Order: sequence, then structure tokens, then C-alpha cells
Amino acid sequence: MLQDLAAAGSHPLADTAARYVGLLPLLPLAGFLVNGALSLMPAYKAGPADPSTAGHGHEASAHAGDARAGDAHAVTHGDEHGAVGDDHHVVARHKYAGVASVVGPLVLALSFGLAVMIWLAMAGAGEMTTPYVQTFFDWMVTGDLKISWAFQLDQLSMIMVLVITGVGTLIHIFSIGYMRDDPGYPRFFAYLNLFVAFMLVLVLGASYLVLFVGWEGVGLCSYLLIGFWFSEKANADAGKKAFIVNRIGDFGFLIAMFLLFANLGTLDFTSVAAAAPTLGYNSALVTTICLFFFLGCAGKSAQLPLYVWLPDAMAGPTPVSALIHAATMVTAGVYLIARSGVLFAMSPTACITVAVVGTLTALFAATIGLKQWDIKKVLAYSTISQLGYMFMGVGTGAYAAGMFHLITHAFFKALLFLGSGSVIYAMHAAYHHTGSHEDAQDMRNMGGLRKYMPVTFVLMWIATLAIAGVPPFSGFFSKDGILSAVFARAQHGALSEATWLGMPGSAVLYALYGLGLVTAFLTAIYMTRMMLYTFHGPNRTGEAEQAHLHEAPWSMTGPLVVLGVLSAVGGWLNLPVAIPLGPIGVLEKWLEPVVGAATVAVGGAVGEEVTNTEYGLIGAAVAIAILGIVVAVVKLRPAALVPKRDATPSHGFEQVLEDKYYVDEVYDDTIIKPLVSGSRNILWTGIDRGIIDSLFVNGSAVLARGVGWVGSQLQSGETGAYAWAIAIGALAVLGAFTFR
Amino acid sequence: MIAEALFFSAVLFTIGVVGVLTRRNAIIIFMCVELMLNAVNLSFIALSRLHGSANGQVFVLFVMTIAAAEAAVGLAIIISIFRHHKSVDLRNINLLKG
Repeated sequence: MLQDLAAAGSHPLADTAARYVGLLPLLPLAGFLVNGALSLMPAYKAGPADPSTAGHGHEASAHAGDARAGDAHAVTHGDEHGAVGDDHHVVARHKYAGVASVVGPLVLALSFGLAVMIWLAMAGAGEMTTPYVQTFFDWMVTGDLKISWAFQLDQLSMIMVLVITGVGTLIHIFSIGYMRDDPGYPRFFAYLNLFVAFMLVLVLGASYLVLFVGWEGVGLCSYLLIGFWFSEKANADAGKKAFIVNRIGDFGFLIAMFLLFANLGTLDFTSVAAAAPTLGYNSALVTTICLFFFLGCAGKSAQLPLYVWLPDAMAGPTPVSALIHAATMVTAGVYLIARSGVLFAMSPTACITVAVVGTLTALFAATIGLKQWDIKKVLAYSTISQLGYMFMGVGTGAYAAGMFHLITHAFFKALLFLGSGSVIYAMHAAYHHTGSHEDAQDMRNMGGLRKYMPVTFVLMWIATLAIAGVPPFSGFFSKDGILSAVFARAQHGALSEATWLGMPGSAVLYALYGLGLVTAFLTAIYMTRMMLYTFHGPNRTGEAEQAHLHEAPWSMTGPLVVLGVLSAVGGWLNLPVAIPLGPIGVLEKWLEPVVGAATVAVGGAVGEEVTNTEYGLIGAAVAIAILGIVVAVVKLRPAALVPKRDATPSHGFEQVLEDKYYVDEVYDDTIIKPLVSGSRNILWTGIDRGIIDSLFVNGSAVLARGVGWVGSQLQSGETGAYAWAIAIGALAVLGAFTFR
Repeated sequence: MIAEALFFSAVLFTIGVVGVLTRRNAIIIFMCVELMLNAVNLSFIALSRLHGSANGQVFVLFVMTIAAAEAAVGLAIIISIFRHHKSVDLRNINLLKG
């Protein structure tokens, strides 16, 4: 402990704001405790949540000046899952909703402020080559195992902390408007705060085990928030599905940790990085470890074949989808691989596997996204697809590019989700007002919303252009960074010389680059499709409802504006050499001390000179993106759409896409049903009832009774028989002593 | 000298054992048990004399004391059995049958 302190004392970050790093997760945790306590108080206001009734008090009248207060006050978002049920949720504002509105976002804002202070300290400290590790206490000490509860600050975790707290704060503020009228409002903020606390533990943990605590914690919060409206079975099932699918991934994570500990005897990042070369370059062992880690990532970050939980996770409230299932938690897998860059750099096989799985996921999810009607489902598949891009980046050792896409994706995808939340809010308000039970999330019921929600409309177009990869928006730079990295790795470096499943690595990577371009094309199409169907063309909501469609309040559009600005200019974080519009590669240089060595080991040294090939790549990416948008605009006819209730079923491949390739059904038939029937017929009827109950439980009873019966027969009650027994016994003992 | 005493003791003990094993009358069995005890006492005395030690005689005193107490308790039990069953034939008495 003293040594740790001494080591910390010599670190450039010692005696700066970094010493308060422990407060980062503690602040949201405190918010969780406060909000959790509030939610446990049985506190519903009597009467409808109507500001004009006397029973509602000051808190609601504070909103009376709001332009929408006159007609939208009675809206509850207790049910945005319109496809399943109706608006049966209680329309009642929690008595302590006001306190929760302050506490929930405030702790996040404080945490973000602290993060910014630490970042300023880190930026001011100059070159920082070793992480700043702060040990709080020894957590487990048994034999060789010594796990400390320690946090580690370096450039990588700093970036993650800034994204989590920054985007998290915006989403918390958005949630005030979005969730205010839900009776479970403090509970919502309690879960959200707890999630952020665990997420910060995940990115700050100084060892795999501390990371794993956060990893499991965010899984728990994800489960709780997906099933936030648990009174509807579909939502509760979606939560369970997410949790169970993630268990498969966590199994891989655990195995990888066991292997690491068994072979290196440590789980600390710094010690693992130091000892990693003893595993042997491209040995079977290091490949196994990396692939098991990647199994964990595939679960958490929704990659093939474990992506199925993420679309269902849209059953949660939309801010949850934005924060957990787009911006932060699902990127934990990308973070883990970047963090384990030292290990992955030693296994080209594992690297290419990661890149291949990521690319296939990106393509697969993008095709499904083409035919979804639920606006949140489109975004969900788009998230899976973009996560695939990130894995393509980190898989090819372009850690900075992968992290760059993670950051820009956090901006534009959070914006898209919150924008869709704003749309759903308006749709819901309109349907609620007329008492209609139409689906508020189905794009066939939208259309022409640009007239009613101009702010959301403009901001979501910015995010769409960003995700489609149109310059100069952020997504263009990050996606281009990944694609050109894949192309460069195909040309030279360790991966191009490796073989993967008997194929030359170079050929595989060229193929991945091609598929990446195809995915970019599809991305542009499905995102434009979503925008066209939602905001353009005629309105299909309904005559009566149109009067009630309106923009969301400022507490919701405010965060959208901030995210819109970030989505637009986020690309300047990491400009490529070929486009010198400002400082080049800021993020890459920032991350260099953490992932630089691994990047060079995988990709080889890259020259600074710009070649014609690079301009060609950039041109191709831009052309593809614009082509996708043009194709979508030319081909799609929003005017021809009919509302959901009048829609006819699609045919052929369209139907296959709409039904998501029947993957859920295939899993159901090949895994779940055999598992359930096997459990019922073999494990329950056969083993539990047949062997355990019959043989062991009842069998041992029968055996005991039999032995008892035999014993009772010996007790004849005849004194003579006892005397004989004693005599013979005495003789036997004597004989044994005599003749031994 | 010692051989005769031990031989006699063994004969007495055997008579006692055979009596216990073969007879059915509780009183007789009881007497046979006493016979066995006294056979043992005899060996104690003989061996005590052989070794010139008083330990054997001390043991005999103890055995006699215990035997007296046991006789009192045993006879009392037999009397109460007799009152209950009007017999002391052990073939009729098997209340402890399992």
C-alpha cells in the first residue's frame, strides 16, 4: 500500500484532480441511493397528472408556461411499446419526481465536471507513458491471488469516462422531459445512475476482475432497464433474454480470465502487459485467451452470433436505448479489446477473427435494418452494424480508429435514439389525445413530421448524414479511418502475412474492406429510408391526431442540439493526414501511449506521406455514401406508404429481411426448444425424478428401512440368545488374540 | 499348586457359562452368573498368592461388593418379573423383542 502511494507520488498526475478519481463512480452511486430511496416511498399523487387541477401542486405548475403544457400534460410514456399493448400504465406523477429530476442529472453533471478537471490535468501533465493507478483497498488476498480494488487512469479510460459522463449527462437531462410522467420516475433515475456508476467502474478498473465487476453491473442495470415496464410480459422477457444471452459471453470472459491467471498469475493490466510476451507470439494459448475474451465482447457488444438480445432490448425506455444500448454499454467490448491490445497484438489469428466477425455482423445487421418498420428497431440494427465497424477497426489493430468510431457513434447514435424518442413522444401524445391505440413507433404511421418537429428533423438529418459517412460530419472521418486502416493492413503488416483458416490474411482483409464498403452503402440507404418515412412525404398519423403533433419541450431538444453539434464537428477529433483541415490525428496521438505499441505490432509502421491510394479510398467512401442516399431518395416512395393497419404483407426476400432472417426462430428451434425439452425429459423426468428422487432419496430410505428390519430381527428379546451371542463373541475375541 | 487352583477356577467358570447358556430359570441363571464371578475371584486369589501381591485380593473385595449389590438389584428385578408373569422362565419373557 505504501509502495503504491509512493509510486503514485512520482506520477505526473499525483496531486492533481486525478486523486479524486474514486469519486467518479461514487457520485452516480450516491444518486442511485437517493433515487432508490425515493422510489421505495409509496408516493403517488392522487388524481390525474393535470397541472390545472388543484391536486397537482407547485411542481407541475412550473411547467404551466410551457407551450405544450396545455395539451400534453396527460401523456404517459408508460407504454411506448404500442405494438404489444395499450396505454394501461398509470398516469400519475411520482410525489418526489421533482427531487429525482434534480438529483439524477446533477450527480452525472458533477461527475462530468470532475472528469473534465481530470482531463485538463492529464492534458497539462504532458507526456504520460504510464497509467495513474490508485489502490483503495485489498479486495481478495488468498495464496497467490491478490486482487486490489484499484482504478487506473490513462488516456484510454479518460476518453471513455468523458464519453460516458458527457453523453450520460445529456441523456439524463433528456429523460427529465421524457419520463417525468411515469409513476416509476425515481426508480428510472436510480437504475440509470447505477448504470453509470458501474460503467465507470468498468472503464476505470485497473485489473480484469474490477473491469468484470463493472461488466456484470452494467449487465444487471441493462436487464433492469429493459424490463423497466415489467408489467408487460414482452418487456420482462426482453430483459431476461438480454441477461441470458450475455451470460454466454460472460462465460467466455471468465474462461479467458482463468487462463490468464493460470498462465501469468496476475490480472492487473500493467502486469499482464509486462508478462504477456511469455505466452508466446501467435501461440495457441494466446489465441484461445483472445478468442474467449472476444466471446465476452460478442455478448456485450451484440456481435454475431450473440446479437439477438439488442433488438429486443428496445423494449426499454428510449433514453435507455440511447445511453446503454447505443452509446456506452455495448461499446464495452470494443473498449475491452483496445484495453487488451497487447494480447491481441500477439495473435494475428484472433485479430482477423475479430475483424471478420465484426464485418459480417455489420453487413448482416445492415441488411436487416433495410426492412424494419419500427423506428427503434432500425436504430437497433444500425447500432449492431456500427459496432461491427468498431470491431473491424480494433480487430485490425486500428485501436485509435475503433475508439474514434466509438466516440462519434456515441454522439450520433445517441442523437438518433433521442430524436426517435422525441418523435415517439410526439406520436404518443397525439395518439393518446385521441384515444387511438395505433403503434406510435411504426414508421408507417409517421410521415411528414418535419412540419411538426422542425428541430428534431434537422438534428436527425445531421446524425443521419454522420452515420452514412457524408463529409464533413463526424461519422465520415471515423468510418473512413476504419476502412482505410483495414485496407492498409491488407497491404502490409503482420495481418497481411498471417493466414486465417488457410486463407492468406491479405486476401481476407481486402474482402473485409469490400464488405465494409457494401455495408456503408446499405447504411446510407436504411438511414435515409428511415428519415424519408419519418419526416418526409405525407403524414399518415391520422386526421384527428395531426393537430396534436408538436415538437418536444426544450429539456428534450436541448440535449439533442448539443449532440447535433458534436455529431457535426466530432470528426475534428481525429483528422486523417489526407484531409489537413486542422490538427492531424489528435485522438491517435492522445491514445498513442496506451495502444501505440499494439497498433504498430499489428499494422506495422505507417508512413506519414499521403498516397493517391488514400485519396482514392476517401473518394470511394464518399461516393458510396452519397450513392446510397441518392438510391434511397430515388427508389423509395414515402407517398406510397399506407399506415400500419392497412399494410399488406411483403413477399420473398423482403419478408425474410423483415423477419430478421428468422434467426430468433432458428435459435428457438435449434437451441432453446431442445434445451427446454431436454431439461424437461432428460434432466427433470429422467435424472431428477428418475435417478435423484427415486434412487437416491427414496432408495436410501428403503435401504435404511431394510437394514433396520434385519437389525430388528436380531433383537429377539430372548435372553438365551443374547447369552449365546456374548459367549460366542467372547470366544471369537479370545481366539483372535490367541491365534493371531 | 497354582495349576490346580486355576484349573478348578476354569472348571467352575465353565459350569457357570454352560448353566447360563442352557438353563431357562432366571434364578438358576443368576446363580450361575455368581458362580462365574466366584470362579474369577478364585483365580485372582491364586494369582495374588503366586505373585505375592495384594492387588488381586483388593480386586476380589471389589468384585464381592459389586456382586452383592448386583444380587440385590437382580433379585429385586426377578421378583417383580415373577409378580407380573407368575413365572421366572425366561422363554416366556421377551418384551424387548425388536
